[in-house]
Formats: sequence, structure tokens, C-alpha cells
Amino acid sequence: MSRVDGRLKVTGGATYAADNQLTGLVYGVLVTSTIAKGRIKAIDTQAARKAPGVLEIITYQNAPKVPGYEAKPTGQTRVDGQEFRVFYNDEILFNNQPVALVLADTFERANHAASLVTVQYAQAPHQTALRPNLTKGTKPKRADDYLRGQANAYTTAPVRVEQEYTTPINVHNPMEPHAATAVWQDANNVTVYNKTQAVRIAQQDIMKAFNLKEENVRVHSPFVGGAFGSSSRVWPQEMAAILGAKKVGRPVKVVLRRDQVFNMVGYRPESIQKVGIGASPDGKLVGITHEAYGLTSSYEQFAERIVDPSKSLYSCPNLNTTYKLVPLDLSTPCWTRGPGESSGSFALESAMDELAYALGMDPIALRLANFAENDPENQHPWTSNQLRACYERGATQFNWARRTPAPGSMRDGDWLVGLGMSAGIYKAGRSPATARATLLADGSLLVQSATADVGPGTYTIMTQIAADVMSMDPAHVRFELGDSALPPAPGQFGSHTTTSVGSAVYDVCLSLRQKVLELASGQAITTRDGYVELLRQKGMPQLSVTKESKSGSEEKTHSGKSFCANFVEVWVHPVTGQVRVVKVVSALDVGKVINAKTARSQVLGSVVWGLGMALMEEGQIDHRFGRYVNKDLADYHLPVFADVPDIDVILIDQPDTILDPIGAKGIGEIGMIGFAAAVANAVYHATGKRIRNLPITPDKLMA
Amino acid sequence: MQHNEPDRNNNAGQEARRDFLKQSTLLTALSLTPSVVVQAAEKHLDEKAAAYFEQVTLKLTINGKPYTLSVEPRVTLLDLLRERLNLTGTKKGCDYGQCGACTVHIDGRRTLSCLTFAVMHEGQAVTTIEGLAEAGPQGKLHPVQEAFIRHDGFQCGYCTPGQIMSAIGCLREDRANSPDEIREYMSGNICRCGAYNNIVDAIAEVKKGGQKV
Ligand code: FES
Ligand code: FES
Repeated sequence: MSRVDGRLKVTGGATYAADNQLTGLVYGVLVTSTIAKGRIKAIDTQAARKAPGVLEIITYQNAPKVPGYEAKPTGQTRVDGQEFRVFYNDEILFNNQPVALVLADTFERANHAASLVTVQYAQAPHQTALRPNLTKGTKPKRADDYLRGQANAYTTAPVRVEQEYTTPINVHNPMEPHAATAVWQDANNVTVYNKTQAVRIAQQDIMKAFNLKEENVRVHSPFVGGAFGSSSRVWPQEMAAILGAKKVGRPVKVVLRRDQVFNMVGYRPESIQKVGIGASPDGKLVGITHEAYGLTSSYEQFAERIVDPSKSLYSCPNLNTTYKLVPLDLSTPCWTRGPGESSGSFALESAMDELAYALGMDPIALRLANFAENDPENQHPWTSNQLRACYERGATQFNWARRTPAPGSMRDGDWLVGLGMSAGIYKAGRSPATARATLLADGSLLVQSATADVGPGTYTIMTQIAADVMSMDPAHVRFELGDSALPPAPGQFGSHTTTSVGSAVYDVCLSLRQKVLELASGQAITTRDGYVELLRQKGMPQLSVTKESKSGSEEKTHSGKSFCANFVEVWVHPVTGQVRVVKVVSALDVGKVINAKTARSQVLGSVVWGLGMALMEEGQIDHRFGRYVNKDLADYHLPVFADVPDIDVILIDQPDTILDPIGAKGIGEIGMIGFAAAVANAVYHATGKRIRNLPITPDKLMA
Repeated sequence: MQHNEPDRNNNAGQEARRDFLKQSTLLTALSLTPSVVVQAAEKHLDEKAAAYFEQVTLKLTINGKPYTLSVEPRVTLLDLLRERLNLTGTKKGCDYGQCGACTVHIDGRRTLSCLTFAVMHEGQAVTTIEGLAEAGPQGKLHPVQEAFIRHDGFQCGYCTPGQIMSAIGCLREDRANSPDEIREYMSGNICRCGAYNNIVDAIAEVKKGGQKV
């Protein structure tokens, strides 16, 4: 089935956060710091205030008070520490930090006036580089070091690999720059048209900040132009729009410039990782040690799940992991597609390939020899696990059998050909979610839940689930999301929307069906006319059921994960070091597939992200200034059409009978896990050069 | 029928402009400023003079409808469409000509609307994503729009208006003769969701179908 919101998206009718042109709209443009650490000595807004069309300029000196900024951090927030407080005081915590908001009647005027604001700083020495500061690394509050069996047992194994792997900063860079339009209806009621993956989280954060009740804060986000984790908490542009609107008493729109997207809304932090892995000569793993360093801001601890794949992907009796965070004078990173797992799996799956070579073993055979029948982290049985089928079907489709293992042994004309593979694992779970299903007088069905659709196709999938349960034509079902006033749902992240909200939609429709059955005295109704007639007979304008769904005891007894096997063929030019990915096969176990079209698209997206991570994406900071060098889309390279090869997506499509009633697991991120390693492994196979520092740019291959 | 922009309810802005015009030092610094304008400004007869001074008359056609507008020369075509005419289907992804989200057609050719000033298009015909389908919620879609839906050529949908305008350009330029050629001639349009292969399939299908674009 094609997307139900397809027509809106191809006609320009889908309204994203910056598309709300409210009457009397005022434009807010942020002025940002040019130093990474220190204090504001003086801000001169005189010239800017005189510029045509300027209504107000907000700085820390005149910003409306935010009561929530005074509260002591509770430790209840999802990121530990003191959130960044916009226009709060004279302190500069990172470069390109917002220091003023210029409000004017047109965008051009606001922009021009912003250029007239001058700021003087008292600069303090900053630290923005990870490696020279590793000794400052500490164990984050939110992550525990892990041990099973003996620590560092790999050192005793007859065959072993011990290497360091690094991944750079990656920036989400959704095509839609982050934007918010805020309007205060009165002193206590605010509405925000927002770019968010979680209207309820945005609502709660705004309530806390301004000391407001739930009914006073409304957040709308019906369409989100990509987010990938970057819209899962409230950021400066939302707060700036809300503060601006309060100050001028008119609706205010703040849209980040592309360079501001680089550091104001989080990013994937750089990592330095050490993996030690050892096996007996037959390929049985003896021990794995995975030590990771990440970076965070000076004011918050953002912890990732970087060592998680290592804990569960393979059966291995001895395993120890550590994770340390280094605070730097940068803004706080945040969840980025496959947050942690993407970087961690690059290290683990590269090391597995190195081990396969050290053993003289086929990489798939090595993985099968260490297949985990249960989750080795906690000995729980899997809710479902089709990883073997992923290896098997992926290898067949890819024609892995043609591979001659010796590096540099395959060629096509001038080009060196390399075939590489890897495995991936990603948590599959669900959170409590509530949905409302309403049978309307015209016999159609309205289903609502405060979830989001940032691209995976939630509008469509929920429509299908509801139509299925009610035996209705999907054309007669409408699903609404992206409004904080709807029944609560978790944010759209962590690949758990279908398992959580899908289950709620399923359950509420079951209840509604039951109600209808009772009303119709046991007569099943399957036609729209039938529903119309029933409601008419009973004199009911509509029939509505609201229901919460959540997991039961299976959460404690079973381990839910999605799995994948990635296969990549690269061609490497021996002279220029150019790497072309020419073929990708992704085989995935994501449980039951609800919509084949949108599911495949999710995997295509993950693969494109994996290509970017492997070959080109790198946020570069000039540490002399603590400032991004490549902060636009010409210098920060994202994959474009010409970079993307044929991609075969194989969905094993076996329902998970334990995790949730609809059999789904989660699909938005798994395709990216391990992917960068598959590319690196293919590059090694082509060239004999093992690149352990992402991205794999030509200079590293020519060296 | 003439289409003019909606009233913008800008009293506060006008007061600020008056303040600005009182800064006669600023204005006299502009050597081209006619003294009559400066005098008018100083005598608070400034609004009309200021409008005359800052704004340029612009006539152009957008999606088949003639518009007569008064715009500042620094307004980009993209901001004119989005912020003044409420044609928000055209998207801003970067504002620097690096992403393709803002692609429109000017006299039938694909153009990045963020990289061109509105006043440069006097007398020209602009087509935006809103101008492709027949009017109304059930109006017939352009073949490329239909192909995008069929092939799931988008996820979040944000790059989509630009992709579709560019895809039509690619077909008209006769640069859609193979998947590789499509990839090359569509590479100015970034899709962070990674819908590339589906877009290639959509364009190839329209090419094969031979429909008029
Ligand atoms: S907005 Fe014009 S190219 Fe990006
Ligand atoms: S569909 Fe999201 S950027 Fe292309």
C-alpha cells in the first residue's frame, strides 16, 4: 500500500514547522557566539535596534524569565546534568552558541539587523579535542561497566586481535532545518508549531520551563522533515521562539540556519574505541573486551549505547566493557540514528573481520560458529531471532560464494574489487502508548495518538493496522498524530513506534470491534453502511474507545532484538583511492512487516546513512577556535544520488510472537548497525588496507 | 485575476522604519539618496517615500496567475514564495544552493530559488510544486507526482517538492535515459532520508511511459 500522506507530500501540501504563516508573524534570527568558552563582556544592540522593521532584540540581559531554568537538575531527565539555558546569563559554553535573538517584521530585516549586533567577549581557554583529553574521561552516571566471566580473557586466546577504532562526529542534517513558531494566546497559554519527534516530550519540557499546566501548552508537529534523533528534546530555537513571542506579544518563527543545525540540535559524538577479541583455532570466541571513549558537553552527560552490540551479538563466555565520557567545550551531543550501536558496531564488526583473517576463516562461518542461542548478556531467550536466515539469504542473494578471500585477489579492469559483510543487532522493545479509536456517524474510523511520523510511514502503518482489525477499507480510516492534545505516545525514536503505538492501535481497535459486536447483539459488521446504520439505530453520534497498551512480563523474561546481515561490494581505484560502493544486500529480521513499501524505504535510508558514515561524513572542528570548519552541505558531505548503488533489501518477515500483539520488532535503525564495518571490510578485501578510522576517504587509502 | 499579497498587519514595523528614516546621517551617507526623500523622511512624511525607496515593483506569473508585487531587491525568490505569498510547498533546506530543496521552474527550467533574487524575474513565469497538479483535493496529479507515490520516492517528504521539480527538469532535458544518467543529473538534490533509488525508479518509469512532462 502506498503512503496515505503521499498526495500531501508530492503536492507541497504537507505543513512542516516553518510552513505556518500565522497572521502578524514576526521573524526571529539568532546571533551566535564566535568563541567556544568565556563570558560576554558587552552586547551592543544599538545599531540593530535602529534597523528598519526591528521590534525587539533579546539577550540574557532582557530575556523573559524562565522559571524552569532556576530549578535544580532533578536527575529525572533523559540526559544527566544542567540543560543548556538560552539567554540565561553571560556564560559561553560552546562556539556558535545563541547569544541574541533579533525580532523583526520580515525575514530579511531580521537577518540584516542580526548582522549589526556586536558582542565583546572575555575569552577563556577551551578544550574541544577528544584525544588529548582522554585522561579526563569518567564513567557516566547512566552507563554501567559490564563483565561476564573473566575480564580481558581475549589476551589468553591462541588467536587474537587488539586494535583501536575511531569514529568522527556525524551530524544528523535532516533536510528540514529545525524550526519553531510559537504564539502565546494569553499570559498562560502557549502553542508551538514545532519540529519534534515527540510532541509530548516537547510539551512536558515547555511546561517545566515555564511552570505551566498540561492544558496550557499545545505542541503541533504533523509533519517532520527528517530528524534522526535530532528532534527528541527541546532545543534553543524552540525556547527562542517561545521567549520571543512572549516578549513581542505576536507569533514568532525561528528557523535555524544550516550552520546552526550543526551544533545547536545535537550530533553523533566522536568515539575512540579499543576492541580486543580472541578465539581458539576453530573460531570459538574466548573473550571480548570493548573499551570506548565518547565526548559530551561541559554541562550534560550524554551517554550512548556504544558497547551494547558487543554484549549480545555473539556467544562469548568472557566479556568486559567500559565506557567513559570526556566533557569538552562543545554543545551536548544527542541520539543519532543507531545511537551508539552504529559507532560501537563499526569497531566490533571490523574486529570480527580481522579475527576471521587471523583465523583463516570465512567471516560468515566465524559468525555462525559463535551464534548466540540466547541473549548472552542476561541468558534470556530471544523473543525471536532470524539472524541465521539473514546470513543465509543475504549471502545467496549477494553471491558471497564468488569471493576469493585473499586481499587484492579480485579485480574488474583497473579497479580492485572487495566483498565485505557484517552483522547487526539493535534493541527491540515497546513503551506504554495510548490510542483512541472513534467510529464516526459516516461509518468511517478516526484513530488518534500523539506519536510522530518523521518519515517511516507511521500515518500509513497505523491506518493499515486499524483497517485490518476492523476489516475496513483503509480509505475509510484516518490516523491523526503530532498533536500533544492527543492520547499520549512515546517519542518516535529507538525504533519502537510500531511496537508501541501499533500495539495500542491494534488493542483499541479490538476493543472497539468488541463494543460494536455487543451493540449489534453479536452480529459482525464489515461494511461502512453497516456501521452508519448501527450508530443511527442506537442514536449515537459516534462511538469512541481509548486504551493504553504496554508490555507484560515478557520484558523481564525475554530479550527483544532486531538483527541484520549486511553485504557490500566496493570497487577501489588503486591510483586515486576512490571507493565506489557498487552493490549492497541487506537482510533483516525485523519481525512482521506491516507495509512492504515503507519498510523497504526505511532500510534504503539506513543503508544510505551507513554509506555516509563509512565513506564521507565527518564533522570537523578547528580546535584552535573550537569551531566547525565544514558547517554546510557542500563541505559536510552527505551521500547524493550518484553515490548510491543498487540495494537489495531482504526482509525475513517472520512475526515476533512474544514482543507485541502485531508481531513487529522495529526497523528504523537496524539496517545501519554494522554497515560501516561491512564497507571497511570490503575495502580491506579489495586493497589489503585496514581502515580503522572513519570515514574511509581516498587519502587514507593512498597513504 | 490579479493576486496581491495579504495585508501584513505591520504597524510596529512601520514605527521602526520611521525611526530608521530619522537617522538622516545614515541616509545622507547614501550618495544616491535624493534630498527630497531625506527631507520627506525628516518631516515624517516617510512611509510612502520609504516604500518608494526600498521596494521595487515586480510583475511575474506564478503557477499561471499574474502577480503584481512590491518587494525589496534583497528578497530571494524562495523567501518571496514562502514568506510573502504563502506558497510554502517550496522548501528551504540550506539557503546556499547546496541541497536542491528549493527547486522551482522559471520559464520551464529548473532553478534554485534560494540563489536568485525575486526582482531578477520580472515578466517571467515561475512554476512551483503547487502548480503541477490539477486543482482540488482529487485533482489529477502530474505523472511524476504519481510515480513518486507509487515508488515511495520519499520518506519525510521535505526534499520531495524539490526532487519532483528537478525530476521534471531532468526528463525535459532528456537526461533520464538510464539509471546512471538519472543519478548524475539528480545529484544536486539531496535526500537525507535516502529515497534515492525509489526516485530513480519513479523517473525511469515516467521516461519509459513517455508521458508529457
Ligand atoms: S535551499 Fe536552495 S539549494 Fe538548498
Ligand atoms: S524524503 Fe526526507 S529528505 Fe528526502
